[in-house]
Amino acid sequence: MDLENQARIKDLAEKYGTEDLIVVLGGAEAEASGLAAETVSQGDPTFAGPLAGVSLGLKAYHIFELKDEIDEAVYDEQISMMEMVLDVDEIVNEVKTYRG
Amino acid sequence: MTAKQFLINKIYQGDIKAVFPLLSLKVLGGERMNYPVVKGASYALVHAPDMVIHQGTTQTSEALKHPDSEHLQNLPKHLRSFEDVVKYGPNQVYIGNMEPDALAGIAKPWYENPVADGERFGKFGEIMPLDEFYGLMKVVDVFDLVLLEKDFQAQVKEKLAAHPVMQDLKDLAKLDKDPAELAAIEKLVAGGLAEGMYLQGQLIGCVKRAHEFDPALTHHVMFENLVSKASAVVALKNLLAKTDLKAEEIDYIIECSEEACGDMNQRGGGNFAKAIGEICGCVNATGSDTRGFCAAPAHALVNAAALAQAGVYKNVVVVAGGSCAKLGMNSKDHLKKGMPVLEDMLGAFAVHISENDGVNPIIRTDAIGRHTIGSGSSPQAVMQAIVTNPLDKAGIVLAEIDRFSPEMQNPEITVPAGAGDVPNANYKMIAALGVKKGQFEKANLAKEVERFGMPGYAPTQGHIPSGVPFVGFAREMLMDGRINRAMIIGKGSLFLGRLTNLFDGVSFVMEKNSGAVDPGFDQEQVKSMIADAMRELAQKIKGE
Repeated sequence: MDLENQARIKDLAEKYGTEDLIVVLGGAEAEASGLAAETVSQGDPTFAGPLAGVSLGLKAYHIFELKDEIDEAVYDEQISMMEMVLDVDEIVNEVKTYRG
Repeated sequence: MTAKQFLINKIYQGDIKAVFPLLSLKVLGGERMNYPVVKGASYALVHAPDMVIHQGTTQTSEALKHPDSEHLQNLPKHLRSFEDVVKYGPNQVYIGNMEPDALAGIAKPWYENPVADGERFGKFGEIMPLDEFYGLMKVVDVFDLVLLEKDFQAQVKEKLAAHPVMQDLKDLAKLDKDPAELAAIEKLVAGGLAEGMYLQGQLIGCVKRAHEFDPALTHHVMFENLVSKASAVVALKNLLAKTDLKAEEIDYIIECSEEACGDMNQRGGGNFAKAIGEICGCVNATGSDTRGFCAAPAHALVNAAALAQAGVYKNVVVVAGGSCAKLGMNSKDHLKKGMPVLEDMLGAFAVHISENDGVNPIIRTDAIGRHTIGSGSSPQAVMQAIVTNPLDKAGIVLAEIDRFSPEMQNPEITVPAGAGDVPNANYKMIAALGVKKGQFEKANLAKEVERFGMPGYAPTQGHIPSGVPFVGFAREMLMDGRINRAMIIGKGSLFLGRLTNLFDGVSFVMEKNSGAVDPGFDQEQVKSMIADAMRELAQKIKGE
């Protein structure tokens, strides 16, 4: 996960606490999405960024999982094309494994 | 209704204002427009394994952070030989010796299945070895910044003097001047006053700093800029050698690499274009540099098309050299997977755009795709802006585009680095967009991808893969009638410059030339048409 994004998530978690905070991912493939989910829950597994050794315990969801929460027209305009292109099940299953 | 009948009716109705549009070409020449054409394209690669170690930023950053790193120790064992890169399928495609589709017939990994009859020289250009390229860096250096060790300089002079495309460079004589002693080069490099030029691990030359303390003119920056300039020269010289275009016929050059030349008062002041043209003898040309990260070549080609169509310049060349900073960018992933370092090639290209000749494929300037500031950054918004919006505007459906050339990165480089198969991902998005627009059946998504797609083959040099590698093949396939239309797509990640988070993308459609050339505004023709109309009108009134 991008080092800058790690820093931003760390700052937000410090400012708002972790209880009512989730991370929404838009990764295009399972491995990278899983890595991002792991980083915000257990810490940066590559030990390169600000979340190295920092276990925020945040829950991450891929945008595909939040389809029912999103206005249908907005989802259709922004996400539906990629839903046809990407391996949705593989991505979602990978992200889920880090929510405990 | 013919133009003449229209004219008579309008004059009869007293609607004189409506006559004016008749004077425009659109009515006089039917719907024809003089679109500009793609007259030629060249492609060049430079094999630069030592630059992977000494100038590739993945390696230079690693050397700063962890000088004893395992990666740096292992890397030299994974570098390829010149013979390996010449016989590498994607490289043979890039220089035009094989078509992209032929890659599908080579078993993967391509690096383990060499093309037996792979040649250094190709239909569109060449693959240059590093020693000749270092010689060329001295040839293109007009500020005496490049020093080459005397024996090396003599050897390389001989090679370039025998080179079929480079032998007529007037500045080759520089290789007879100022040979350097190795000790002097070693001293400059050790003292931090020059960037080393290495060949098979041996120091053979250096690029000196161009100013005592200006950060825009350090030896490192000058090295990168001379690499970009020299590789662009390889591409432009090949364009001149492989096509009928003569250096002195070029009116304008647009350079579109990702480097910046200038000094501390204007870091990206320019002008690479004129500097490159000067070396190649383009005495009647001027030029400028266009930037836009990986999308720059597509921007530059649209600009060139507009200049040629408007008649501002007749012959415009778009050119870009390669980037040594990007060499070995993903080498850590490649090494981890036991692969050779495939990012050891500098890429370059040159494309000639000119006025309509009725023969070469046209650029449909009425169907230019562009990602606007307000387009939005979701992949869907981007693809709509650069693919379907311009086609809708021109009344072309996706099924009428025979080939799409998006970012043509070689997947063998990007997949092991976790970036996926970039061209294939783009093809799937285009097909999915077609489904959303009701132009394709969802069940046919994969079939459509197969119809208009092709394997990626370009080195990951940023601006080099971005649509442009296919222009040469598209031109040939449009001319021999195998395809009717191809769309070239360039995309750019502007956030890298930290001034905006906006995305960027530009596209254009190349189309088979119908052979009809509009002669343009003919005053005599208009006069005679109006006179005819007036006569018929008079007859009509007389008759009433």
